[in-house]
Order: sequence, then structure tokens, then C-alpha cells
Amino acid sequence: MSASTLRIALVGNPNCGKTALFNQLTGGRQKVANYAGVTIERKEGRFTAPSGRLLQILDLPGTYSFDANSPDEQITRDVLEGNYPGEAAPDLIVCVADATNLRLHLRFVLEVKRLGRPVVLALNMMDAAHRRGIQIDVPELQRRLGLPVVETIAVKRGGAMALIQRVDGDVPVAAPAMADDPDSRADLHAQVRELLAATVTMPRQTAVMDDALDRWALHPVFGLAILAVVMFLVFQAVYSAGKPMTDAIGDIFGWMGTHVATLLPAGPLQSLVVDGLFGGLGTVIGFLPEILVLFFFILVLEESGYLPRAAFLLDRLMMSVGLTGRSFIPLLSSFACAIPGIMGTRSIQDPRDRLATILVAPLMTCSARLPVYALLIGAFIPMHHVLGIFNLQGLVLFALYAAGILGAMAVGWVIKRIHRDKSEHALLMELPSYRMPKPRDIAIGLWERSAIFIKRLTGVILALTVLMWFISTFPSPPAGATGPAIDYSFAGYLGHGLQFIFAPLGFNWQISLSLIPAFAARETAVAALATVYAVGGDANTGGLAHALAANFSLASALSLLVWFAFAPQCMSTLAVIRRETNSWRNVAISFSYMFAVAYVASLLTYQITRLLTS
Amino acid sequence: MRLSDLPKGAPAVVDRVHDAHAADPIAQRLRDLGFVDGEPVRVVAIGPLGADPLLIQIGSTRFALRRSEAQRVTVRQEAA
Repeated sequence: MSASTLRIALVGNPNCGKTALFNQLTGGRQKVANYAGVTIERKEGRFTAPSGRLLQILDLPGTYSFDANSPDEQITRDVLEGNYPGEAAPDLIVCVADATNLRLHLRFVLEVKRLGRPVVLALNMMDAAHRRGIQIDVPELQRRLGLPVVETIAVKRGGAMALIQRVDGDVPVAAPAMADDPDSRADLHAQVRELLAATVTMPRQTAVMDDALDRWALHPVFGLAILAVVMFLVFQAVYSAGKPMTDAIGDIFGWMGTHVATLLPAGPLQSLVVDGLFGGLGTVIGFLPEILVLFFFILVLEESGYLPRAAFLLDRLMMSVGLTGRSFIPLLSSFACAIPGIMGTRSIQDPRDRLATILVAPLMTCSARLPVYALLIGAFIPMHHVLGIFNLQGLVLFALYAAGILGAMAVGWVIKRIHRDKSEHALLMELPSYRMPKPRDIAIGLWERSAIFIKRLTGVILALTVLMWFISTFPSPPAGATGPAIDYSFAGYLGHGLQFIFAPLGFNWQISLSLIPAFAARETAVAALATVYAVGGDANTGGLAHALAANFSLASALSLLVWFAFAPQCMSTLAVIRRETNSWRNVAISFSYMFAVAYVASLLTYQITRLLTS
Repeated sequence: MRLSDLPKGAPAVVDRVHDAHAADPIAQRLRDLGFVDGEPVRVVAIGPLGADPLLIQIGSTRFALRRSEAQRVTVRQEAA
């Protein structure tokens, strides 16, 4: 006999492990990382408790207090009190606190208790607390707080057993609700101090390892040097570790394509399968290893707790270009994809800082651009070593990433000039303890990313590739036609039409054409070029890279690389800007400034390279 | 003495947080984060550019504060 559903809300300070606990309870795979503000939307999951009761868990974004000045914190409070439209008040609040940081976290526990709702306190990260010799008298804490207290280790399998047992039992009686006024809030600190004195012994305030690592990581000189080396190694690794795998996958698909070709009768179907599917999609899927190498490093950095340190080191620099240290993490995730990056700007409280970050986030080189970069670099930049250790192709890739970053700084600076305001923008950022990244979390992150990539590939990219094949193949050339068949197809006409706009940038009609599907998903540019050249009969030997090298000057290739670095692309990014800022005006601003920057930069690149190489 | 003037590594305790203007949300947030009378506080690290921001240890938590934020906090230096 199962009782009715019990609705449970998880709340707590940022980075106390709510989402890890949520995943532990519900078997979910929500993103966890080691910095404040990873969870930006409420998430819901459910599981059946041992008693057979269905538990519905709500994971809320972290919050330091219920200060009415902050809209996000007001929402959390409204949800907990049942004042949020369309959301019934939870039956039980599980307040999560980091056991190594109770001085800060207990204050919020007391604030939650004053809501007058049933509350269970989960002391999380008990493993780290034990390691640091922190002793907590749980029965005494429970008695003084008047709340049930359980210990949890959210990152360990079975580490939430005590919590499951507790929430599966009777709902605890709520403490009386209390008013929220400035005087009583000041009083909370005094209560926390009393609680700590009576129940917690800490051998030292900080982890020895944090102090040791921060001495180097935050050092004015070594800190910046370490950051530069870390970033540089990531991009070198993307190229040197990912490239051999990419080549192998490309070879496999080429081999499969030629074998399938012998099985199918010559004609449109053979052309669709060989040129469109194996040629087009095969080329794109080959770039998955490079994307995963990039993600591997981003996940490790996120989990380790290093990212807020980087934000600390760069805050002043970012402030001088109208951004904030807090922009660093959203901008770094934009290297994976601008969409989570733009959503991640919700952790920036200041509206001006947030808008500036949203406007420059698409300039960060997202992983969808990697296939385009890798293809062109592989085709045009010779593979040799510079100064013995650096590989020239890796250096060009690094330069493209740097171009995006410098472009973002320039744009931020311009926004700051135009949008002057005298108000103060706060930083106020917590630096978490360092943590060893968990191989399991990294593996889940990489798996999720591969799933997204495959889904895109078999969804939008496949559809566009088939469409590109279709318009490149039909209509067939009229009888007696002398030029290549593709010149008479829809694609031929469309490409030649567009070329008027892009000819000054050195783009031939095939490239101009590939920019259209690239607007839906950038990787499709690669598939589209592969299809167009294959249908045109140029890519039968040696693959797309050779076809490009034969049809294309170095100046055009560099110009196209620069175009991809700055161009407004990917409809999804524009859509998420609209959603996050609730304004079409911001979408129009993003699109037009990026188009203008990309056009001018590509024009200069093409014309200057042509002068230098002719 | 202001927190922004405290030498790196010198132990001190918070005196109070001053509002830079009426109903200063940054000052209120600092108080919520534990910058209250009698809390031990220390400057752990200083930003590499323009000596900004400051990394402040309060209790067992570390916060990055810009100088302008740290100026709101007055501290008493403990006898060495």
C-alpha cells in the first residue's frame, strides 16, 4: 500500500552538493561541478522509497540567503512557501549544508527554519569533513536546532542512505514561522556562533591542500603563468590527441563508402548514400574525438574547483573590458557551446555585466566550429614543428581561439563605452575547496556530450545533408550541357547567387552555399562542402581536404577560418539570446555586430593574404 | 582600519560593514555572508593586476572581493 506522493525540495548554499545529492537520490545525471551556481534552473526527479512511497524531488538553484533584493533568491523563497505560481508548497524541505563550511551554511539553515515549514538538515561532504578532522556532535546539533539532522556523502555510492531513510519516515514537525527583518537577521550570526561553539570542533579553518595549491595558483606571477599554460595545453591536446583518431574514423568511413558503392547500382541512390551520408556525415562524425578531448579538459577543470581561481585572476582584466570575473565560467563553457554558456550567465547578478557577457559569448569558439577549423587547418596549414615543441597546426588553432577572445574583449570594451553607467558592479564570489575530479562524473559528462552530438548528427545535420545532396543533384543538366552537372542544379544557382555577397572575401560559390546550412548547425558546413565536392566529382580521391586544397587558395581558406571565428551563426544561439534576455533587440544587435565584424575581418584577411602571397 | 588596507596574511576581526549609500545591497550581502562584528578575517591573496580583487578568508570560507567592496568593511587588527 503506497501512500501519496511526497514532494521534497532541496535547498542550500551554492556548491554544497545539492545536485550531486539529487542525482544520488533519483539516479539522475544532472550536471555537477565545483563552483557556485551550476544549477540555474529548477530540476525535478522522482524515485520510490523503500516503503513504496513515491518521492518527488525538486532541485533548486543554490542561494546564500533570502534577501529580497535578489530576484533569484526571492523565487526560491516563493517556491518553498508555496507562493510561486503553479507550484504547490513542498511537503518537506531538505536543507543541504557543506559540513566543512558550517559557519556560512548554518546561517541559511536557520533562515530556512524560520519559514515555518518541515525541514530536514543534510550535512553533506562528511567524507571531506572527516579527512580534515572536523568533528560534529550531530545529536547535540539536532537537539539545539530542533531539526532532524542526517549525514550524507553525495559523491559516494550509497552516501545518501541516511537521508533516504529519514525522508521516508514521518514528516518532521515544523518550527514556528518567524518574521524576516534586518535585526533578527543580524541575530542569526550570533546563533550560528553559539551552535558552532557547542557542536563543532575544527582543527584548522581551511584544508591544508587548498592553502598549498592557492599559494601557487593565485600567485600574482606564477598564477597567471599557470593559467596560460593550462589553457594552451588544452588547445594543443585537442589537436594532437584528437587528430589521429579523427583521421582513423575518416578512413573507416571512406572505406565503408567505397564498399557500399559497389553494392548499390550507380545512380541517385548510390550518390546519396556515398556522397551524402558517408561523405557528409562521415566527415562530421570524425570530429567527435576532438570535441571529446576538449570536453574532457573542461569537465576536469570544472570539477577541480580551479575555474573560480581563474575568474579571480582575470577579474581586473575582464572588468577593464566591461565584463567581470564572473563572466569567465560562462565564457569558458561557451567554448563547448554558446547555449549553456549564455544560460550560465544567470549566475551574474548584475544586469549590465550579464548582457555584456551574453553578447560576447558567441565569439568564444564553440565545439561546433572545431570540425570546420580542423578541416581547413588540416588542408592548408603544413604539419611542422615550431621551436621544436609546438605544432604549427595547433598554433593556428590556438590563434583562432585567441582571435575570438580578443574580439570579445574589444566588443566588451565598446559596450562599456556606449553603455556608460556609474553604478557599482559587485564581484563577491566564493572560492570552493579543491576536489579531485571523479572519473565517473567525467565519464558521464563525456557520454552525455557524445549523445548530444550523435543526436544532432542524426537529426538536424542529417536532414540538412540530405537536403544539400538533393539540391546539388537536381535538376539534372539539360541535354547538351557542357559545364559540370552541379552548375545546373539548385545548389549551383543558389551558390552562384550568394557569391556576389561573399566574393570580396574570397569565397567561391561552394563555400557561399555551405554557409546556409551552417547557420542551422556549424558542423554542417563540412558535410555540405563534402557533399557538394563529391557530387561535383572532385572529391573521389583523397577526401575532402584534398578537394579543398586543389580548389582553394590559402587566402580564401584563412578568410573562411576568420569568418567562422566571428560570424553570427547557429540559430539556436540567437534563440537562446532571445529567451534569456527577453528581447528581439538584443538578438538583432548580436546578429548585426557579428556579421559586420566577420565581414570586415574576412575581407581584410583575404585581401592582405593575397597581397602577401601573390 | 578598512579591510582593503589590511596587509596580506595579517589576522584581524571584522568590526562592521558600512553602507556606501542608503539601502546598499552589496553591504547587506556582505553581512549575510558573515561579515559581522567579531568574525576573524584575513587577506589570503591579492589579484595580479592592480592588486585587485582581494581573496578574503572569513571563517572557513574564501570570498573574492573587489577593493571597492572590501572598503565597506572595517576591521580591527589583532595584536601580533
